[in-house]
Amino acid sequence: MSRGPAIEAFDVSRTYELDGVSVPALRGVSLTVGAGDYVALIGPSGSGKSTLMHLLGGLDRPSGGRLVIGGREVGSLSAPELARLRNETIGFVFQAFHLLPRTSAVDNVALPLVYRGVGARQRRERAAAMLGRVGLGHRLHHRPNQLSGGEQQRVAIARALVTDPTVLLADEPTGNLDSTTGAAVLELLERLNVESGVALVMVTHDAEVAARARRRIAMRDGVVVADSAADGGAGT
Amino acid sequence: MRLAEAWRVAWDALRANRMRSALTMLGVVIGVASVVLLVAIGTGTKQRVEQQVEGLGSNLLLVVPGRLDMGSAPALSPLTLQDVDAVGRVVGDPNRVAVTVASGATVRAGNREDFTTVQGVLETTPTVFARELGRGRYLTRADVDTGRRVAVLGDAVARSLFPDREAVGQQINVAGVRFRVIGVFTPLGQSLGVDRDDEVHVPVTAAQRLYGTQRVDAIAVKAPDRERIDELGDRIVAELNGRHPGTEFSAVTQEQILGVLGDILGILTGVLAAIAGISLLVGGVGVSNIMLVSVRERTREIGLRKAVGARPRDIGVQFLLEAVLLTSVGGLTGMALGVGGALLVAALSPIPAAVTWWSLALAFGVSAAVGIVFGVVPAQRAGRLDPVVALRAE
Ligand SMILES: Nc1ncnc2c1ncn2[C@@H]1O[C@H](COP(=O)(O)OP(=O)(O)OP(=O)(O)O)[C@@H](O)[C@H]1O
Ligand SMILES: [Mg+2]
Repeated sequence: MSRGPAIEAFDVSRTYELDGVSVPALRGVSLTVGAGDYVALIGPSGSGKSTLMHLLGGLDRPSGGRLVIGGREVGSLSAPELARLRNETIGFVFQAFHLLPRTSAVDNVALPLVYRGVGARQRRERAAAMLGRVGLGHRLHHRPNQLSGGEQQRVAIARALVTDPTVLLADEPTGNLDSTTGAAVLELLERLNVESGVALVMVTHDAEVAARARRRIAMRDGVVVADSAADGGAGT
Repeated sequence: MRLAEAWRVAWDALRANRMRSALTMLGVVIGVASVVLLVAIGTGTKQRVEQQVEGLGSNLLLVVPGRLDMGSAPALSPLTLQDVDAVGRVVGDPNRVAVTVASGATVRAGNREDFTTVQGVLETTPTVFARELGRGRYLTRADVDTGRRVAVLGDAVARSLFPDREAVGQQINVAGVRFRVIGVFTPLGQSLGVDRDDEVHVPVTAAQRLYGTQRVDAIAVKAPDRERIDELGDRIVAELNGRHPGTEFSAVTQEQILGVLGDILGILTGVLAAIAGISLLVGGVGVSNIMLVSVRERTREIGLRKAVGARPRDIGVQFLLEAVLLTSVGGLTGMALGVGGALLVAALSPIPAAVTWWSLALAFGVSAAVGIVFGVVPAQRAGRLDPVVALRAE
């Protein structure tokens, strides 16, 4: 797999305008996420972790600096082009799951394939297979409110991976789960990272969890204060 | 593929909020139903009027004093029976000329009475106006010449005065003068709320004596030749203008009457449809409102869809379809109600109603268009939502 880096950020900043006041959430972040990486993103609340995740996933655009996702310059892409880039290269896992209510697990997982133009039958087949890989082959037609929290997050993980992305961005994926369930979800993410080679970038507040990652990036006040890859630690 | 998904999502959204969707549709339902119903009544009325004007007989020319422009006051007629003879000479056949001098009068028989229209006419009336006698005989030339007090009753008058007796041969009393019933018309039915069987024909000469006048109200001519009907009208008007300097006369054909009536009824139908259309607009505003609510409620869903690759357009189309589906289902329901209402009106009331395809197509098209027009703003808003902000929404 001699792919280039999955995501590259050069001096990326992001400033929010709030009632005429500029709130700098990111102030010049540079980093590279390589193919198959396993990165833990840590830092105190408000340090800009989620903001960075949104940028890395092409869900938001930087106020300054350069951002390259999957070899494509984000600044040069139109909204539909960026949507397509997200669809093809990024999988998101959120703390709050964000599953569609009143929609079966298999249809939730199939959703990204809708926007890729995959036919209904193939969508279901691929979604069902993906649910099997996260251990939910027996829950295809359950709705979110008929699933436990851990099961819901596993459905969300299946949804993130059904498009076969290069990067999985997980913002506190175990934040809404008890420790046992959280550990199982974490193991699943790590297994998928190894099995399918998808790069995993995960925000966590848990030092133990962070310690398991191959690479740790620490943030504070909108800047990266430590990156184990740059320190010469394990990583790409 | 994406469109199919958008339809499915739109449909699910409507079903998930059944009560709200139904209430929102109500405005469109009422609007479309009233458009369909009112247009049906307008069309039905127009058709019936046309039938009736045509039913008067063919090649008819109506000669009246005054101009037939709308807005000019009807003039008091200076026409007399001498003018009628003159018109007969212009036409070349006195049997093709009919007259009327009409007035409301109370007609009595025994202790029964009826207020009706008493028309003084010539014996030519059945020929000119294609009227048929049910029983007895019509007036003769001799009846008219001698001013004989004989009467032919409309079916309604006959039934009112003689509910359980044969009217022909009986005596009636018209404004204090005794007449003998010699015939009864075959029934014609209602038209525009007027009972066309509520009339009594007597010789014009007898009527003139009864009303103390020499005048006749109008002259009708059955033209022998359809092609030259306008030219004949001109010659009659010229003759009458010569005989009555200073008074204008008009000769109108059935086509002209139909044209004027058609215009009036067309305008009326249009106005009714426009009024009904306003409720459609109000319904559209309701749709717009509920779509904005729907967008707000599903903000997180929108954010999520964008996160997994939905383009702004995909989201916009999804909500636009939801609005169009809402108004289209409302439109179809309204059409069904409107058609049902029209059938009911036609069956149970004297008001005619005829449902036309174009009004259905129009109503459906308009309701779908209302969905597009009033769905566009909420749809655009949904499409432009910032996914990060949307995902954070409560
Ligand atoms: N939409 C916004 N408008 C204004 N300021 C914002 C907005 N989103 C985030 N911020 C600010 O940007 C900074 C970084 O926020 P961010 O959500 O990235 O922090 P975080 O590191 O993810 O924190 P947490 O661990 O609590 O999730 C914060 O100071 C926050 O208040
Ligand atoms: Mg955060």
